[in-house]
Amino acid sequence: MFVDQLFLALIVLPFAGAILAATLNGHAKTSVRIAFTVSSLSSLLGLAVAFLIFLDGEMRWELPFSSPFGPLSFYLDTLAAFFLGTISVVTFAVSVYSFGYANHYEGKYPVGLLGAMFNIFFSSMVMVVSSSNAILFLIMWETMSLSSFFLVIFEHRQEGTVGSGLFYLIMTHIGTAAIGMGLLLMYVNSGSFDLSSFPGAAQGMSDVLRSAVFLLWLVGFGAKAGIVPLHVWLPMAHPAAPSNVSALMSAVMVKTAIYMLIRCCFGLLGVQDTWWGITVLAIGCVSALLGVMYALIESDIKRMLAFSTVENVGIMLIALGVAMVFGSYGLKELAGLALIACLMHVLSHALFKSLLFMGAGSVLLATHTKDMERLGGLAKRMPYTGAMFLIGALSASAIPPLSGFISEWLIFQAMLQSFSIPDAMVKILITVALGTLAITGALAAAAFLKVFGITFLARPRSRDADEAREVPKSMLLGMGLMAALCVLAGVLSFAILPGLDQVSAPLAGASIADSLVNGIEIVPTVGEFSQASPPLIAVIILAVMGLVLTLSQAYGGRRKVVRADTWDCGTPLTARTEYSGRGFSNPINRMFSWVYRPIRTFRATRSPSPYIRTEMRYTSTTQPVFEKYLYGPTEAGVRWAAKKISVIQTGSIQTYLGYIFVVLVLLLVALRL
Amino acid sequence: MLTSMVQALLVLALSPLFTGLIRRSKAYFQGRQGASVLQPYRDLAKLFRKDSVLSHDASWIMTITPYVCMTAVIAAALMVPFITDSSLGFVGDLIVVVYLFGTMRFFMALAGLDAGSSFGGMGSSREMTVSAIVEPTILLSIFTMALISGTTDLSGISRNLATSGLDLVRPALFLALAAFFISTLAENARVPVDNPSTHLELTMIHEAMVLEHSGKHLALMEWSSMTKLLLYAVIMANVFLPWGIATDLTAIGLATGIVAMSLKLLLFGLAIALVESSMAKLRLFRLPNLLTVSFSLSLLAVISYYIL
Repeated sequence: MFVDQLFLALIVLPFAGAILAATLNGHAKTSVRIAFTVSSLSSLLGLAVAFLIFLDGEMRWELPFSSPFGPLSFYLDTLAAFFLGTISVVTFAVSVYSFGYANHYEGKYPVGLLGAMFNIFFSSMVMVVSSSNAILFLIMWETMSLSSFFLVIFEHRQEGTVGSGLFYLIMTHIGTAAIGMGLLLMYVNSGSFDLSSFPGAAQGMSDVLRSAVFLLWLVGFGAKAGIVPLHVWLPMAHPAAPSNVSALMSAVMVKTAIYMLIRCCFGLLGVQDTWWGITVLAIGCVSALLGVMYALIESDIKRMLAFSTVENVGIMLIALGVAMVFGSYGLKELAGLALIACLMHVLSHALFKSLLFMGAGSVLLATHTKDMERLGGLAKRMPYTGAMFLIGALSASAIPPLSGFISEWLIFQAMLQSFSIPDAMVKILITVALGTLAITGALAAAAFLKVFGITFLARPRSRDADEAREVPKSMLLGMGLMAALCVLAGVLSFAILPGLDQVSAPLAGASIADSLVNGIEIVPTVGEFSQASPPLIAVIILAVMGLVLTLSQAYGGRRKVVRADTWDCGTPLTARTEYSGRGFSNPINRMFSWVYRPIRTFRATRSPSPYIRTEMRYTSTTQPVFEKYLYGPTEAGVRWAAKKISVIQTGSIQTYLGYIFVVLVLLLVALRL
Repeated sequence: MLTSMVQALLVLALSPLFTGLIRRSKAYFQGRQGASVLQPYRDLAKLFRKDSVLSHDASWIMTITPYVCMTAVIAAALMVPFITDSSLGFVGDLIVVVYLFGTMRFFMALAGLDAGSSFGGMGSSREMTVSAIVEPTILLSIFTMALISGTTDLSGISRNLATSGLDLVRPALFLALAAFFISTLAENARVPVDNPSTHLELTMIHEAMVLEHSGKHLALMEWSSMTKLLLYAVIMANVFLPWGIATDLTAIGLATGIVAMSLKLLLFGLAIALVESSMAKLRLFRLPNLLTVSFSLSLLAVISYYIL
């Protein structure tokens, strides 16, 4: 019962911290210290709870008072514990980082409220993954949405922040509406709000109804996860928030939606049709590909990272979709493998994305800009931030043996196993998804190469970048923790995977732990299909690196390294002659112009000679396709309908009383009372 | 373990010879006398004895890149079967090998940006554009072979294919081979994608990226690129047409393996030289057509495996 008490502390502590931080808002330094001490302590508590549940199996706990919606209960199994652990690890590192980061708001914005909301946000995420009552879940889901909304509009004096926040608020409530409808449909059939009663009810539901619930939840949770085409808010809201909050939102908040999708598809709805999996797979492919493509042409670092979140959510959905397809054919082991791959990607994305957002925050703090066209040369000025950002970028680009590579490798392996599926059409669809995933991987490498190369290498493109200094130690510590975990989670993945199997086994119906890991090798398949050993890859890389270093120094003798200027054809090299971020991604922009739909204009002022122009202007913009063709018309439609409906809104009280009377009569007639 | 180390060293040692062979046969096709096939060795030896010049603007990325590239390519060489079908396949399979090449490309392109010259940036940008389609093509075409032979371990693919006669030969194999050949040209900066013997900035991809390296660093960059080219040829030989590879360590097996591998490499070298002498380099924005064709071929290869 030790776990119960820890869990109770986990609920109480952040709220107490939030209240304290908010009351001490006037004393900026103290409130920052209190708020983030509390959040780091409670995230350690969360980690402890998650760890104990992995040892014990599960935990159920009820609030000691009843409600009209049945007991307000919490239930943590290994799936919930895995997400609780991920949320806690990320929150811990981000809290450490925030000690240094939040200080710069002092005097500009109410820092105490930032700390308070940060704690409430963390606490609501913990309760989202642990609540077992549908109404409690909805309340917590809403708390999570609202607290993150307040955090998004924290820098409200910045232009566009409030607009982004409101857009987020609207989108997330559309999602919540869909989720709520799904939950109510289940309640009608099960007669209880307790989630544990839903699997039984799902058995008795008709196919159409079950599919309707599935689609409602897919839309609802998908809106939060940022699936295309519901992703539009994500690259607006995530970058607008303070960077430590962006890290939490992108790295873990979207994961709560993935958690619920896994829980719903495998746990609550139970039986799966093949087309469910195919739908998830298709959405995943589109999200992954479009997400990475938009990330590639973005020149705002934080927006780029947000688009990359859309991409990675897509990759997770690809793995989840494959797991569902396998499950629908009764291939339990393979479903387990795909689910493990999905969870591994959840973990590795949480690690590297929080690291990258913290890195972007450090850059923002040091240079006051997140536009990479104004940055450059930071690797020399901020070497530690640079090195850690590079580790994050390498992990995101799936460089072996980092954690991002391991998860991508597992997803490839799971997809290659699709030859076990009896249906040729499904096999071909998975092959196309495989091709999409491969392209996504290559484009992601290009995108992260660009963000690191343009921001950190070569010459600074502005004075702010030139005068950048390394950030405070607490921020480096937070990033360092995540960088270390990015490496360790990859190299030691053979130790992590059996734990993930504990999560997937009850859901997929089969444990593959015995065959999955063999010593330090990972054998992800049933037969002798494939294997790899991340620690050995690391050892080989280190050993070979040492040999190359010594031998190449030995052969030909030790030679000098001379410093000189870069040759630029005789003209003096300036920051303006460097390759810009936009120039870097231009070939890809042109190659995929059917996606980007770029609009280019070129204007030259008239001058006496056609050969000597005094001024030329070139602009190139990409059309926001979804805003233009989907959201624009929808918004126009809503406005049109509102205008039409406003006819009945006369403003005179007599008319309104008349309406009430008519409705009353109609109700009496309809209900025959 | 030992065999694969010896083989990796052999690949490393023979790679300048393979490059020299291509250059020599290219000269022959073009009616020139050409340099000796050993010229690349002399170039490397000379470069190793030179001082390096680094740009004032360059960061530590520029310094570590040559070593990272060499390391990645050697690590990949350990996992690729050469004369015999043994390699460190249990350490990493084909995906690891492809992503090790990806690591090399990533750092090479970073170093291209690092010196702040627009040539380097241009090269990096183009390299990443080309690889955006080429890398998936390579993955899919080797995946085809993995499906055909039932393993993703490269040496396992060679062994299963070589020991089962012609039983496993399917149309998919040829589609995948064609896709892989085009990708080999693209990945190794060969005509029609890039021209390895030019220093004209408008056409450069690979040369532009290594433009700022010199001395020992340049030697390592050049050598790792040569090794990469040979490794691609070896993968092409051993994964798609592995017949003749030594499946045991007997004298006869090894002799057959050496003869077969030499013949195949000679053939590929000649094919590359022939392509380079008979084709013009494609305009950069015509490249996507060629690359998309090869990507479609590899996708068709997997699909045809399921259908046929």
